[in-house]
Amino acid sequence: MEYFLELFFGGLTRGSIYALIALGYTMVYGIIQLINFAHGEIYMIGAFVALIVAGVCTIYGLSGVSILILAGIIAVIYACAYGYTLEKVAYRPLRGAPRLSPLISAIGMSIFLQNYVLLAQTSDFLPFPRLIPDFLFMEPVAHIIGSPELVILITTFITMILLTLLIKKTKVGKAMRATQQDMNMARLVGVNVDRIISLTFVIGSALAAIGGVLVASYIGQVNFYIGFLAGVKAFTAAVLGGIGSIPGAVLGGLILGWAESFAAGYISSDYEDVFTFGLLVLILILRPAGLLGKSHKQKV
Amino acid sequence: MKKMTVLISTLALVLSMSVTGFAADTIKLGVAGPHSGDLAPYGIPAMKAAQLVVKQINAKGGILGKQVELLIQDDQCKPEIATNTATKLVTDGAHVVLGHICSGATKAALGIYKDAKIPVMSPSATNPPLTQSGDYPNFFRTIASDDMQAKMAVEFAINKLGVKKVAVLHDKGDYGKGFADFAKKYLDESGKVEVVLFEGVTPGAMDYSSIVQKVRKNKAEALVFGGYHPEASKLVSQMSRKRLKTIFISDDGVKDDSFLKVAGDAANGSYVTGPRDLSSIPLNSAATAEFKAEYGAEPGAFFQEGYSAALALLTAIEKAGSTDYDAVTKVLRSEYVETPVGKIKFDSKGDAEGVGFSVYKVENGAFTELK
Repeated sequence: MEYFLELFFGGLTRGSIYALIALGYTMVYGIIQLINFAHGEIYMIGAFVALIVAGVCTIYGLSGVSILILAGIIAVIYACAYGYTLEKVAYRPLRGAPRLSPLISAIGMSIFLQNYVLLAQTSDFLPFPRLIPDFLFMEPVAHIIGSPELVILITTFITMILLTLLIKKTKVGKAMRATQQDMNMARLVGVNVDRIISLTFVIGSALAAIGGVLVASYIGQVNFYIGFLAGVKAFTAAVLGGIGSIPGAVLGGLILGWAESFAAGYISSDYEDVFTFGLLVLILILRPAGLLGKSHKQKV
Repeated sequence: MKKMTVLISTLALVLSMSVTGFAADTIKLGVAGPHSGDLAPYGIPAMKAAQLVVKQINAKGGILGKQVELLIQDDQCKPEIATNTATKLVTDGAHVVLGHICSGATKAALGIYKDAKIPVMSPSATNPPLTQSGDYPNFFRTIASDDMQAKMAVEFAINKLGVKKVAVLHDKGDYGKGFADFAKKYLDESGKVEVVLFEGVTPGAMDYSSIVQKVRKNKAEALVFGGYHPEASKLVSQMSRKRLKTIFISDDGVKDDSFLKVAGDAANGSYVTGPRDLSSIPLNSAATAEFKAEYGAEPGAFFQEGYSAALALLTAIEKAGSTDYDAVTKVLRSEYVETPVGKIKFDSKGDAEGVGFSVYKVENGAFTELK
């Protein structure tokens, strides 16, 4: 039972990070049907910005949690700026172009951002400070669920609630939903579609940056390449849950996290990825649109 | 008339050269390895080492009253070229051969030398079967074979740490899995230890919490990991996060300052194997200094091993008193020789005793060699 709980919380933590990143993929896809391959890089940039901020803060003598919050906020701001610029530079000029063009542009941006960080920083792994302290009250259960996992779970939970409120209750959220349903119609009723699209990128980037900061302080290392694998996994989660669906991304992320954790724990970590992608294939065969996705008829 | 003079003088020149060639009986040291192509950086340092050694010995009057002559042949690390190289060296009358560099090329060439009864010593071919198969009694090497570090790590875990249950993990790569496979083999063969877990982890995965929990569940006292430092530092930090006290033992790929830097405090108490620290050996620094004086640069890969091999081969000829195959190999197997890689002699299979790896312990953020 204890082993099950250990794997359960391990999978939950991993899955909630996947979900955070997957939200960015799914929101962008929902609105402009673009798979933003550079999204994983935003996650990585978030982690790097936090690392730099943490370094500076440590010099000024701040302590763990305050650094984490400050670094998190600055990382989010930076990532938002990157997301906004990314959309403006790489995708907006291609708005009317065939669907393949922005996709290639996305892959190009992904490679560009990776190499930019590689050149500007280093190709080495860098140590990321343990910003999440070990809380004393967690000590008896630390081997099952430790303080970092707790902080990650609480943060992602709050973030997701805020996101839901934003989409369901605010005027901006209503405009986003309208744009998702029918971009031209939304434009006709006075929604500034371009701004909504930018905003979607900004929100997605903020989520990715939060994920990046949390993961980096959890595992304690960053590298210019971490965004790629995380991006692939999160994209898988988004597809699994039904790309374009926000609850689907969360569900997909959690299922993926658990699948990996239990497959590694009960079967073999040799085949961790085999099981997760096998699961993806299986779900796509049974439900081609993903778990919570709606299939739209495409007019070709 | 003029033509005639030219012809005669040429003839005289050729004759005189061949006469001196026959007259001055030399000890011929063949050197084979990649001296061109993309793997040349692995071969050239050993070649230069041989040149330095020979120069030094000749300056002192040579061996057994004869000068040492170098026969240098390029094999580009390619097995098909290596056989030609070997044939050429054999025809040219090499008495001993320093080489080859790559394991594949060495294996291809060894049979030819064996038939010609020529002792061969490689400074770099680490493939275990080259010595362990027993197929090549003429083969020696001044570098430890690939499985030596796994053996070292396993013996350390069993004899010094006294663990009974061990988990073996690897990163699924050639190097890491190779190390892990050998570690498992030696652990099983020891009969004293149970391998409770043998699995690969995915490099670059977000976290290793499930595998860490699995190690805990199997009650492993030590975790032997084959792979490189990014995964190793992730593993040790997650182990410390999960309050797992399993002893972490790993390989040369982890013995890197990045491991100390990235894993930080979590690395303390880990053990890694790595090449012995040779800087305290006087001959080692002397050889480096000699190289720097001659070429004005750092020696490069396998220089010390190459230097040692040349020294060991030529010393063996001197001690044997001849270039006779049986006499030379007997000396190599029985007499110690001072070289830049330490005071060595070769075991019955041809591996150098006293060459190889040490266990390092991570203490206060630094690697400390355990004697």
